[in-house]
Amino acid sequence: MPTILEPTIFELSSPGRTGVTMPASDVPHTDLPNENLLRSDLPLPELAEVDVVRHYMKLSKFNYSVDDGFYPLGSCTMKYNPKINEDTCRLPGFLYTHPLQPIETVQGNLVLMFELQEWLKEISGFAGMTLQPAAGAHGEFTGVLMMAAYHKSRGDSKRTKMLIPDAAHGTNPASAGMLGMSVVTIPSDARGNVDLKALAAACDDTVVGMMVTNPNTLGMFDEHMEEVIKLVKDCGGLMYGDGANLNALLGIVRPGDLGFDVMHFNLHKTFSVPHGGGGPGSGPVGVSQRLVDFLPSPLVGIVEEADENTAPLYGFVTPKNSIGRMKAFHGHFGGGLVRAYTYISMHGPDGLKDISQYAVLNANYLQAKLRGTYTIPYDRICMHEFVAEGQFAGSDVRALDIAKRLMDYNFHPPTNYFPLIVHEALMIEPTETENKDTLDRFADALIKIAEEAKTQPELLHDAPHITPFGRMDEVKAARELVLCCWLPENYETLT
Amino acid sequence: MTYIPISPNERDAMLKTVGVGSLDDLFDAIPQKHRFPKLDLPPALTEMEAASLLSEMANTNENVREHLISFLGAGAYNHYIPSVVDHMLRRGEFYTAYTPYQPEISQGTLQAIFEYQSLMTNLTGMEVSNASHYDGATATAEAVNLAFAQFRGKRKKVVMSPSVHPQYREVIRTYSQGMGLEEAGDDPTVDLEAGPESLMALVDEKTMLVVVQYPDFFGRIYDYTKLIEDAHAKGSLVCVVANPTALLMLKTPASMGADIVVGEAQPFGIPLWYGGPYLGFFTTKKSYVHKMAGRLIGETIDNRGQRSYVLTLTAREQHIKRERATSNICTNQGLLALGCAVYMSALGKTGLSQVANLCYQKAHYAASELSKIDGYGLCFSDPFFHEFVLCCPKPASEVNEYLLANGILGGYDLGKDYPSLENHILMAFTEMNSKQEIDTLVEVLKEME
Amino acid sequence: MNVPSNLKYTKSDEWFDPSSGAVGISDFAQSQLSDIVFVEILVEEGEEVTVGKAIASVESVKASAEIYAPVAGKVSAVNKGLPDKPEILNSDPFGEGWMIKIEGSAGSEMMDAAAYEQDCAGRAH
Repeated sequence: MPTILEPTIFELSSPGRTGVTMPASDVPHTDLPNENLLRSDLPLPELAEVDVVRHYMKLSKFNYSVDDGFYPLGSCTMKYNPKINEDTCRLPGFLYTHPLQPIETVQGNLVLMFELQEWLKEISGFAGMTLQPAAGAHGEFTGVLMMAAYHKSRGDSKRTKMLIPDAAHGTNPASAGMLGMSVVTIPSDARGNVDLKALAAACDDTVVGMMVTNPNTLGMFDEHMEEVIKLVKDCGGLMYGDGANLNALLGIVRPGDLGFDVMHFNLHKTFSVPHGGGGPGSGPVGVSQRLVDFLPSPLVGIVEEADENTAPLYGFVTPKNSIGRMKAFHGHFGGGLVRAYTYISMHGPDGLKDISQYAVLNANYLQAKLRGTYTIPYDRICMHEFVAEGQFAGSDVRALDIAKRLMDYNFHPPTNYFPLIVHEALMIEPTETENKDTLDRFADALIKIAEEAKTQPELLHDAPHITPFGRMDEVKAARELVLCCWLPENYETLT
Repeated sequence: MTYIPISPNERDAMLKTVGVGSLDDLFDAIPQKHRFPKLDLPPALTEMEAASLLSEMANTNENVREHLISFLGAGAYNHYIPSVVDHMLRRGEFYTAYTPYQPEISQGTLQAIFEYQSLMTNLTGMEVSNASHYDGATATAEAVNLAFAQFRGKRKKVVMSPSVHPQYREVIRTYSQGMGLEEAGDDPTVDLEAGPESLMALVDEKTMLVVVQYPDFFGRIYDYTKLIEDAHAKGSLVCVVANPTALLMLKTPASMGADIVVGEAQPFGIPLWYGGPYLGFFTTKKSYVHKMAGRLIGETIDNRGQRSYVLTLTAREQHIKRERATSNICTNQGLLALGCAVYMSALGKTGLSQVANLCYQKAHYAASELSKIDGYGLCFSDPFFHEFVLCCPKPASEVNEYLLANGILGGYDLGKDYPSLENHILMAFTEMNSKQEIDTLVEVLKEME
Repeated sequence: MNVPSNLKYTKSDEWFDPSSGAVGISDFAQSQLSDIVFVEILVEEGEEVTVGKAIASVESVKASAEIYAPVAGKVSAVNKGLPDKPEILNSDPFGEGWMIKIEGSAGSEMMDAAAYEQDCAGRAH
């Protein structure tokens, strides 16, 4: 039997124990519906509140988080999450408003959303903005739907091909796949740019558009961005920008100015919304003038203009050729939009530029410190992240081993095995919220690990050592598929 | 104010290590004519100023705890959230962690989500739950994706009951734009009293999925056993969109034979938050697990012999399967799934049953009192849980306006979505509604001219 | 690496047995995919397939792959037990791990064992 560090909430249950209870009913009793309509049992845990608190406290200590330390996860922008955001998003006026309330009763929410739309447009250089998408991938899907709708509205039905560089995130081809488009992969050149020759060869009148992450997942700003955009536009395609790496561009360049037609934001990366152990995110989408009529509905707009005596009335508007609704209600208002609004309001134009400048400085500083110990396959001034190879000549140590060993030095590992075009990739994104000492200690740890790889490779193969848990058997998990548990007394009847 | 912990001296030392003269020199790759745009944004605020600004904005709203008595539901519900839920969600170890890709240092998130999956399977009676979707509507759209993948495009018809939440049907229509689906039943002008089995007239050998809601959008409780049996006989899958609070009391969709049970778990510990973020739950049978989108946590063992949890069957997902993946979903609602698990654990079997019973009792008391008012009545005679359709003697918008003028947030005006329900309001009741509030509602309506 | 000499091979790592019509994935393919946890056969008995049509989908712990028909013809048999024990593809890819049988013959583009072995060697790193 395996050792159990913390039982599940089901195992902790004891029949008859109660936690938070509800008041007695204050209305005359009504009989329940016919027994045929009722469930016979409710096999859920029974605990006292203190049991619940101790359980989740124990679990929380098994986690590593940004509040614990450095989290240089490439393309994930694990920056510090300001505490004030946690207070503003929980203001009662935000927490306790219903999404279907009359607009006159929620002007505070609507003003916030309207201003955030305007701010994001200004930051990115786009003409239109939707706050509805729930996450980056959801925003991508929204964007691709708009691209398809645009071509369809022009009767241009032969466009079925989406161009995607080989360094792209998996969500890009998956988004195109959800619309039944075929994906054409465009290789990168030796400097980490889109290969212009290959792109030119792929550009024809069947192209829906191109999905580009810029800076790309190698952390490189494409040196021929304008040529790339021109090639795609000349063949009638639309340019999609994956905003995952926007943390490099605030106040540096606006994707809309470069000629992108559509881009999603990840408010949970760039604008400090916490990642929450895997969500919720928030993925607004900006579009150029030619796509504004296709935005999802509804958008926040002014429904009655201001006059001398009254403020404008904010409400919802439906774009003329809207692709429709992406989710119920209005987007991740409380968790995403309020936090992002707070963050942007506290930075202003200069603060935003600082974010990107220091994010890029930190990445280049780490790159400079590691150059010489680790191979940097695309070695030039990087943007907010860079990719190193996690392998050494004559050693069987791999990127995975280095990643796991970093945990013993109290660091979260970088993204590994991505992008796919670098062997044994270690993708490092420090963000702007780390100080020089942390970066120095991290670089020292990686240099020491490189030494260990030569002298004591088994130390790396078996790592991590000091964490509460060691490496997991992923094959067992996938083959045996134990995906849930039950109350102990129910194991026999339910399994 | 910024959160950059680097002093000017440190910055200069770092620039020197990099080998550039200034921060601006790091951006030579950016086309010069577009470099360093002047952003027209309000000047930066300090924390003190931002706190005050946001507070002011929030106070402009009228909320359902301090200003308004609310009987509005229609997919988002005003329930009590035990204090302990937010205390756990405020643990930085949970909320500032990433997706648990490194299981050795993410067991907190992984075990919590495994427990969330378990709570959901025990609640619905299904065999498998994923780690969540964005919300109830997108979870329903993902059920369509599952069915499409299961039949590999050989069946392309979806039959949706008109009494599925209008916004959910809208999202399915948006999601399926590139799939060439045939959508049937999505018609708000049909006879809304025809009963669930009437949908079978639309189900044929091309049907991949039937979607019904439980209780339906109008609050009605139907036993879908017969419909599911008949749909299965035609080879179709059936998805039940369920309200989790109702499932605490009612027969499980699994016992009716459902293939997929999805829904909105906002009632379980997530604030109204003006519509999001919420929590889409997705449960199904084990045989469809490979076609299910979204993250999935499985139990395993580590190299020290300790029970532990990992993201499993990841090869289904977009980062490996790319354009062949069922969905592009990546980030889900991790923290809110944790909140849901804490809510369910803190209330436990006893507290949760009390919540369900209170919802039921209050709604039925309200229904009986409202029916006594001249001109008002219940639109449908079927059993209901905590929502019902109130038939009014005047247009719903007028009734709601009058209520609002009296500090009451009325129900959902159904005329917007169903032409035959112009004078009808969908009223919702939870444990938050006291007898006094309900009596006030009745009094106010009686006084309305 | 096991490369039976009686079989024909494709560049995408399928094998075809000219005598029985059986189709599967090679030892090299299974080792590249590592631990296989899921297999779905995408065609039915009696169905006509063309060269390159996706006949199966395979997922391992860390990768996924589509398996393509190496020859054209009618599907005469499907290994119905395979989805219940996908690990067979790792342990016995040329035997119990057969996926379907096709009534067809190998085209000239298919490789013999020696050529395939050389092809794999060029791809391994």
